[in-house]
Amino acid sequence: MHELKMKYQGKKMAPAFNAFHTFLFSPNETTHAGGTHVKGADDLKRTMNTVIMALIPVLIFSMFNAGYQHYSAINGFPENFSVMEHFLTWDNFWIGIVKVLPLVVVSYGVGLLVEFIFAVIKGHEVEEGYLVTGMLVPLIMPIDTPLWMLSVAVVFGVVIGKEVFGGTGMNILNPALTIRAFLFFAYPTWMSGDKVWVHGAKDGVTQAGSVDAISGETILGYLAQGNEAAYQAKYSLSDMFFGFIPGSVGETSTFLILLGGLFLIFTKIASWRIMVSAVIGSLAMGLIFNGIVDAGWIAEYSKFYGLMQFDFWKHLLVGGLAFGIVYMATDPVTGSQTNRGKWIYGFFIGFMSVMIRVFNPGYPEGVFLAILLMNVFAPTIDHYVIRGNVKRRMKRLKNAVVLPKDSDSAAKELKAETV
Amino acid sequence: MALLSKKDTNLILDPLADNNPITIQVLGICSALAITAELKASLVMAVSVIFVMGVGNVVISLMRNIIPSKIRIIAQLIVVATLVIVVDQVLKAYQYELSKTLSVFVGLIITNCIIMGRFEAFALGNGVWRSFLDGIGNALGYGVILIIIGFFRELLGSGTLFGIQVLGDPIAKTGLYAIGYENNGFMIIPPAALIVVGIIIWVQRSRNPALVEEN
Repeated sequence: MHELKMKYQGKKMAPAFNAFHTFLFSPNETTHAGGTHVKGADDLKRTMNTVIMALIPVLIFSMFNAGYQHYSAINGFPENFSVMEHFLTWDNFWIGIVKVLPLVVVSYGVGLLVEFIFAVIKGHEVEEGYLVTGMLVPLIMPIDTPLWMLSVAVVFGVVIGKEVFGGTGMNILNPALTIRAFLFFAYPTWMSGDKVWVHGAKDGVTQAGSVDAISGETILGYLAQGNEAAYQAKYSLSDMFFGFIPGSVGETSTFLILLGGLFLIFTKIASWRIMVSAVIGSLAMGLIFNGIVDAGWIAEYSKFYGLMQFDFWKHLLVGGLAFGIVYMATDPVTGSQTNRGKWIYGFFIGFMSVMIRVFNPGYPEGVFLAILLMNVFAPTIDHYVIRGNVKRRMKRLKNAVVLPKDSDSAAKELKAETV
Repeated sequence: MALLSKKDTNLILDPLADNNPITIQVLGICSALAITAELKASLVMAVSVIFVMGVGNVVISLMRNIIPSKIRIIAQLIVVATLVIVVDQVLKAYQYELSKTLSVFVGLIITNCIIMGRFEAFALGNGVWRSFLDGIGNALGYGVILIIIGFFRELLGSGTLFGIQVLGDPIAKTGLYAIGYENNGFMIIPPAALIVVGIIIWVQRSRNPALVEEN
């Protein structure tokens, strides 16, 4: 391989080949002797791999859950639920392999193909940026998403969401969420409603011993219809927490997402500030809605009542809020960079997510829209945080005792440093 | 002798490609977003703008020496408003359904910055024949882009062209729909036009790097 790499050096296909080479081997270039080099082990590739490691449990869980939801919808939920007996079964896993794995394969295949093509056209190294996106995409899809739709969306997301801005690290919007948003607006019948969250519902698979087709309404869906009793009969609080509920492929298990989040915080890959502030933001919005209900400002027949009276902390357990906060909002490229900016950015993600969730008439979920919106605002937030910092320091400088001769140049220097 | 001198030919051809009002000057984006969901509407809009700009440029050029420069904008507005009302009435008389689709956007041709831009930049300072060519050229450049956007948005968004189903019947599931294809709802909503315009700009500039602006 190393010889081949040398052979193709400078040829047109070199970037694609190099990428393949780096993927399989550790590079054979070493830093040359002499001089001082700073070496960090946490390069882009390792950062990406850490996030993927945090996603693996979610992926495996989602494969079992795909089958569990499918069979439970047909046969009814088991009476005395036991994880080993009803959840971790080969039948369930098989559905996961047939339905979830192709999503992963197509997402990676198409996405990396686009990346390779762009690397060859532009003549630079293939960037690792798609590694995480490619894993996130299948996890935020409804299970029965047709593969060709996924391919179209991935091409759109990678080209329009990322490559037009200059590739990995230059994008304004999170590519995975761009893909999700594209699918949501392009093919709404496959992305929302009560038929897409459980495998088979769209094809009209019927319940055992009945002619009724199975349905897989999400908890948020039930709430949006004001049908609270229906979800409470079906799902307990621990179901919600551990993720035995219908939803997008990987978003259901708050428990595993929490573990993944802690892992990312522990390895210092993701920002705990964003996660904490987003949780605070969503709780704040939930509390406001609960307050409105308690104060009796909203009538019970209002179409927003069902979601408004939902306990504020439960918003974190259902839908994609937890997944979005841990894996999407913390994207270091599209989020805020300054510490104070991260607090503001995260807070509004949580706040807007719950707000859109309640007020969106067609589709009771808003996490991806909220994060995309805040992606757009992230540079603005950073700008004002930095301006504020500059102002504060200029003020401090004015009050400080400086030799009159130097004060002008010191102010200039400071400005140059902080702007 | 050719019908048009080389300079005159350029007046028509330049706005079609290297000096396109939409993709290079980035004017008239509003209407390009609003009415391009169907090819037919795009075509009618393009024809209307060609008429308004051709005639408008001629009129302004004829009056260029008698319009006091302080009130020239108002004079231009009156000319363009008159022409737009003519177009609107003709559409209402002969294409009522279509005029309902285009609704307010025919009236908003008045505010199309391409038109005022050409009046200001060209017709006020040039002869009648050349102003006419310039008006037609710019309106054609605008129309071509409109039709390209309309073509892609209608084909991908509704599977039709001029209202005729070309990809099969989505309800009866014939043609492409039989194998699971579905219309792309994203192409119907206005942001899709922005993205199509963006892609056209991208393609055009990568074919002709001279058009890329320096930062």
